[in-house]
Amino acid sequence: MTTAAPASTAPRTSTPAPPRRRAKRMRHHVTSTALTIFTWIVTLGFFFPVAWMVFTAFKTEAAAATRTPTIFTALSLDRFTEVLDRGFGVYLLNSLTASVMSTVIVLLLAIPAAYGLSIRPIIKSTDALFFFISTRFMPIAAAIIPIYLLLQGLGMLDNITALSVLYVGMNLPLAVWMMRSFFSEVPLEIVEAAQIDGANFFTELVRVVMPIVAPGIAAAALICFIFAWNEYFLASLLTSTMARTTPPFLGSFVDGRGQFLAVLSAASTLAVLPVVLAGWLAQKRLVTGLAMGAIK
Amino acid sequence: MTAPDLIVAEPAHDPAPAASRTLRRPPKPELSAGQKKALRLARTLVWPAIVVAILVTQIPFLVTIYYSFQNWNLMRPGSRGFAGFDNYVTVFTGGAFMQSLSATVVITGSSIVLSVLFGLGIALLLNRKFFGQGLARTLVITPFLMMPAAAALIFKWSMLDANVGMVNWGLSILGVDPVQWNTDFPALTVIMVLTWQYTPFMMLILLAGLQSQSKETLEAASVDGAGPIRSFLHMTLPHLRQYIELAVLLGGIMLLQVFDPIAIMTRGTGGTKTLSYLLYERAFVGLEIGEAAAYGVITVLLTIIVASVALRLLFKIFSSEGAKS
Repeated sequence: MTTAAPASTAPRTSTPAPPRRRAKRMRHHVTSTALTIFTWIVTLGFFFPVAWMVFTAFKTEAAAATRTPTIFTALSLDRFTEVLDRGFGVYLLNSLTASVMSTVIVLLLAIPAAYGLSIRPIIKSTDALFFFISTRFMPIAAAIIPIYLLLQGLGMLDNITALSVLYVGMNLPLAVWMMRSFFSEVPLEIVEAAQIDGANFFTELVRVVMPIVAPGIAAAALICFIFAWNEYFLASLLTSTMARTTPPFLGSFVDGRGQFLAVLSAASTLAVLPVVLAGWLAQKRLVTGLAMGAIK
Repeated sequence: MTAPDLIVAEPAHDPAPAASRTLRRPPKPELSAGQKKALRLARTLVWPAIVVAILVTQIPFLVTIYYSFQNWNLMRPGSRGFAGFDNYVTVFTGGAFMQSLSATVVITGSSIVLSVLFGLGIALLLNRKFFGQGLARTLVITPFLMMPAAAALIFKWSMLDANVGMVNWGLSILGVDPVQWNTDFPALTVIMVLTWQYTPFMMLILLAGLQSQSKETLEAASVDGAGPIRSFLHMTLPHLRQYIELAVLLGGIMLLQVFDPIAIMTRGTGGTKTLSYLLYERAFVGLEIGEAAAYGVITVLLTIIVASVALRLLFKIFSSEGAKS
């Protein structure tokens, strides 16, 4: 605001108008810069826990566990090798298997369903859609006891396939909901033209509709993958050693004794890295997917 | 209102709730042979997904209802039998339920309110051209991508730890004595990590809302002498209303079920025993299958009440928007 002060003396000059305009522009510039700086402070503050986690992962335990944070300290990859020595790779692989398997099955079920829900004229599409949304509303807690006892009876506890099937149930409603909004974007003329051509519905789906909705499908797939990768409740209850995925392993990684902050940070960094990188790269699509799925 | 991109425009996708739809729908038109074929195909395509959803979510829930009327503790396998409403009586007279309900309301409610407020603030900051806009947005959405288990651990040990936590170090610069976050304010630590994780989600929805607002109208208002605060209160905020409602609805659904930070940070101590954590404890620690199932049924009923009110609201917004355009 101090830069705006000369403006009040401006009328004394022979041509008052231009300086005043310049002062206004100047003031605008200053507020704009201040806002940008403020935005960056908020952004960096918000991102700080992530940045600090990654930074701490490269420190020694002694350097990580200080009351006043150490900034200038020897950095190394030792904590990461320590984490991998504790068998972390197996858990990452289990997470990858469960996420990929469940996402593929979700896509195989949700693409036809979303397409079916967008075919005109369909009666009761709202009812079907409502049903899908409502299954998403149901707390997983409502279903976990019978599922646990069933899997126990079948000897399928600690089984990565069983976990993947449950992730299908978890992600399917969301995927149908999101994809339907993308499918209903397909212009009616394109679908009708394909029908007149005599294309049957599956060739129509693959050749005509799929290329148009591909970005939407990619977004839905990414979101399903993220939810499966990050899932903790089912994984911690239904897996123990063989099929343990990353989140429950991470949860039991520290017992609060001794110095563990650096190795915990390294394990967390490895655990979040795939999804964060994928999310960054596919950010635009992720945003569209969420916004479309949410708003439509 | 120029927001046609928000509307489910096809007449066949009438978004009104089932009850009012039967009243409003015109007489069913006769379908041609081709349309009938298309309809049959549509049903064929949708059924597999519906069947899987029923098998994985609905049938277990029905079994849960059945269990909730059983007297069944896994420690005493022989004593299983029909219990009538005994489990529900235990739930409502036990005292744990009301505590848990209030913990759920406090944690879910404050996390939603805080994350919507922060989300709105950040969305407003990011909704202008500035140096490094894209990078700033990338950094801001990161907490939402972060694995909740990792976020909970990093907050508990790296940010909020009484001795080496960064938050206490930050406070010490301001002259504030160290705070024992994890032991003295367990509910607050859970709310902090949830708010941090859900703010980007709210921000994304609200930013989509801001970007759909017509720039011309805002410029016209500015030319007419409306200040930024006035045009925010009288134009942007009403425009954002449906986005805010949507953000609250979706956030509410996800946060009502929240389990990870409670299991990892507090283990249900200090007013953080939410309904889902209580159910977990009764079923998998107490091995009281019948009682835990009763908690499950009650949780679902509560969620259905909240969600159907919210959904009705959502559909009402869509249909009134549709009527306007």
